[in-house]
Amino acid sequence: MSNEKDFTIESYLEYIRNKKLMGTKCKNCGEMYIPVRKLCTKCNNANMEWVEMSGEGELAAFTSITVGTPYFVEKGYDRKNPYCFSVIKLKEGPMVSAQLVGVDESKPEEIKIGMPLKVTFLETEIRGETKVDLGFEPA
Amino acid sequence: MGKLAKKVAMVGAGMCKFGRNFPEKRNPDMWVDAWLDAIDKTDNGIEPKDIDACYVGNYSSDLFNHQGHLGPQLTNLVGLTPKPTARFEGACASSGIALRQAVLAIASGVHDVIAVAGVECMTELPTTGVTDVLATASDTLFEYPAGATFPGLYATIASAHFEKYGTSHEDLMRVGIKNHANGAENPYAQMQESITDMMNSKRKKYEEQGRDVPDWNDEFDFLKSSSNPIIAYPLRLFDCSLITDGAACLFLASEEVARNFTDTPIWISGSGHGSAALSLHDRDSLTSFIATKEASRQAYEMSGLGPKDIQIAEVHDCFTIAEILAMEDLGFYEKGKAVEAVKNGESKLDGSLPINTSGGLKSKGHPVGATGAAQAVEIFKQMRGIAERNRQVKFDVERALTHNLGGSGGTCVVTIYEK
Repeated sequence: MSNEKDFTIESYLEYIRNKKLMGTKCKNCGEMYIPVRKLCTKCNNANMEWVEMSGEGELAAFTSITVGTPYFVEKGYDRKNPYCFSVIKLKEGPMVSAQLVGVDESKPEEIKIGMPLKVTFLETEIRGETKVDLGFEPA
Repeated sequence: MGKLAKKVAMVGAGMCKFGRNFPEKRNPDMWVDAWLDAIDKTDNGIEPKDIDACYVGNYSSDLFNHQGHLGPQLTNLVGLTPKPTARFEGACASSGIALRQAVLAIASGVHDVIAVAGVECMTELPTTGVTDVLATASDTLFEYPAGATFPGLYATIASAHFEKYGTSHEDLMRVGIKNHANGAENPYAQMQESITDMMNSKRKKYEEQGRDVPDWNDEFDFLKSSSNPIIAYPLRLFDCSLITDGAACLFLASEEVARNFTDTPIWISGSGHGSAALSLHDRDSLTSFIATKEASRQAYEMSGLGPKDIQIAEVHDCFTIAEILAMEDLGFYEKGKAVEAVKNGESKLDGSLPINTSGGLKSKGHPVGATGAAQAVEIFKQMRGIAERNRQVKFDVERALTHNLGGSGGTCVVTIYEK
């Protein structure tokens, strides 16, 4: 899976924009990182390769937010229409932050930590521009 | 390694009244108020000529007030020009860091007396702007695009704590109820009202307006009602600290000169500073702050004390769940056991380990960059026996601790004080 892309944040974000969840794997010790790292802080080597993630994981922690960030307000969320911020533990080991969709955000007590999730990419039109953000939904 | 080369004392400490002070008071105004209050509480007085440097803790005057380079602006107003001054930043732990760096500078022998400032003026921005500035203390690359707000990050931590230890929202409510009861006794606090008082005044307002009076039996009913709206599930409005303008000032001195200013210096016997990955997703645990564990490990080791020796503590209750985590990560209670201690009243003013006698960030207020220094002000008062109204603890405080956390736990400073 390795290719020429630099191990930078912009490369990672470009993958997301192209709807690919990519991690970096240390070729020396096998440690997996997501989002991107150039330096492995486990074995102190800068010898990474890009690896496509399975996109499978489980819900580690979450919240349903009624008073959101300006970006999410712009996306149309508010007190009556809350959204979920979540931390997902991927099958490969690392955790990521993403919006959790496909759940009833107004009934957060029914959302269960540990539930299986799969990746999705969320497209939003904001001021004529299409944004793509990482999301997860029930598997 | 890990020891101070010489002893350092706090010889004076003061603060301005916390609240929504802008525009009547801005950072420079509040700083001078805090400076005068600290001089007032320095037994033999202190003058600019006695002071070698001023270390300023402030999170984000740049974004809140369009003002960087705070040090020289503040020090000139109290006659410290041309002495060294600089600003220290570590989100909500900014003045905890300034305090620690002052301790280290005095212990190094370079300076004998340092003034530590903590200042923050937040209400110059509307609430949405404040929320956005605070969000820059989280990971704006990966957490912010996923929708993280500050209450949201702590709510996420709460969800994991609830799941792992069976903690309930009612457990968190007890923290807020206690801290508001303490803050009601603090004339410097932003909200000097207990939750019961607020519930009763709300009832009265409904009565006066001829509306149906809610049938709340107790504070818990009130806190579960629409009067306490959800901000980020499971956290509600009264689980969140306040948006506050405020300043605090501490005078630190080396052992050689401390007694020029007072016969009863408060010795800083332990100081620790830890860090964690900025993003929650990059951490091994979502239910514990490694920065708190590391900072307290260093501070305990330096002082030779352990968690059981601490008699009172001011901990960083930016959200109610944060006080629970602090009680556990500082070693006061085992993981998952702090809520039981809160339920038993152990952290109340008359409990076995009073926590946040000042009212905490919840009720005293949380001008983020001033908070670390303001925590030390409360410890100074409690150890001197000069805490106002009815919040002075009923025993002689020999050993105390402050816990100042930055952001969602990326930075922590722990300080231990002894008589």
